Amino acid sequence: MKFAVIVFPGSNCDRDMYHAVTDALGEEADLVWYQGAKLENYDAILLPGGFSYGDYLRSGAIASTSDIVAQLKEHVRKGKSVLGVCNGFQILLESGLLPGAMMRNKDLKFICHHEDLRVVNHHSMFTTAYEQDEIISIPVAHGEGNYYCDEETLAKLKANNQIVFTYENNPNGSVEDIAGIINEAGNVLGMMPHPERAAESILGSADGLKLFQSIVENWRKAYVTGA
Amino acid sequence: MKKALVYITLKEGVLDPQGKTVQHSLDTLGYAGVKEVRVGKYLELLIEDEGAVEAQVEEMCEKLLANPVIENYTYTIEEVVTL
Repeated sequence: MKFAVIVFPGSNCDRDMYHAVTDALGEEADLVWYQGAKLENYDAILLPGGFSYGDYLRSGAIASTSDIVAQLKEHVRKGKSVLGVCNGFQILLESGLLPGAMMRNKDLKFICHHEDLRVVNHHSMFTTAYEQDEIISIPVAHGEGNYYCDEETLAKLKANNQIVFTYENNPNGSVEDIAGIINEAGNVLGMMPHPERAAESILGSADGLKLFQSIVENWRKAYVTGA
Repeated sequence: MKKALVYITLKEGVLDPQGKTVQHSLDTLGYAGVKEVRVGKYLELLIEDEGAVEAQVEEMCEKLLANPVIENYTYTIEEVVTL
């Protein structure tokens, strides 16, 4: 399985993501510069964390206007998977691939520590390796991770089982303790916590590895004959 | 040339932690009468006038300048006199 880690000016978790996929997971990955990128030969796209374009205007807003977003949309339309972490999540929201918006953390602080998350939907292609309601420890590192959506959108998220991860102790004010959501089709996941920083036990937690393993396992089931 | 003055504000009902903090600080300075602060953005756009400037600005607000999920926008457009 081949992953692309998209690098925007200001991405800073791209190497961590690359390391998690190639070394911890043992799959192929390329670091792909956002301009002139060709995504059609990749099975999964990873949008890493960081501060694309210095968070100018709104986090993720400028990156969401780049040409690569059209390719991302095509990739999603084909049913292939996209994972956006932290700034990657913000880019997915700003480009309309996921519903809602991100606000400043409730207490205005940049927070950087491990959080306990609950896997509230383990049927998504990103979470099948987890148990339902499993509590996992994944680090967060953000100043704008306060997820907001209107009540109508929230009702839809719930009805379609699109809320995948919630915080056990909401650190940022997100509605309904939301830490990660998928799109309606289920092949785009955005989450503020960093699974790539928790893919090896030497880093304090290997709970994030199962997320990447889920992606690979479900890809094999769907695309590899005899898997 | 035209100049667009664009004001972006948080929608009513969307919490504004930044505004709340500014309000607390004003309170600390003795301005107890300030009951609410909402922080927004102000942008100035200098635009070559090839007609339909207002429609363009509207589109720019929708596509990029504001996030319609959490923000409202208003704008005024003025003539820029070049000497």
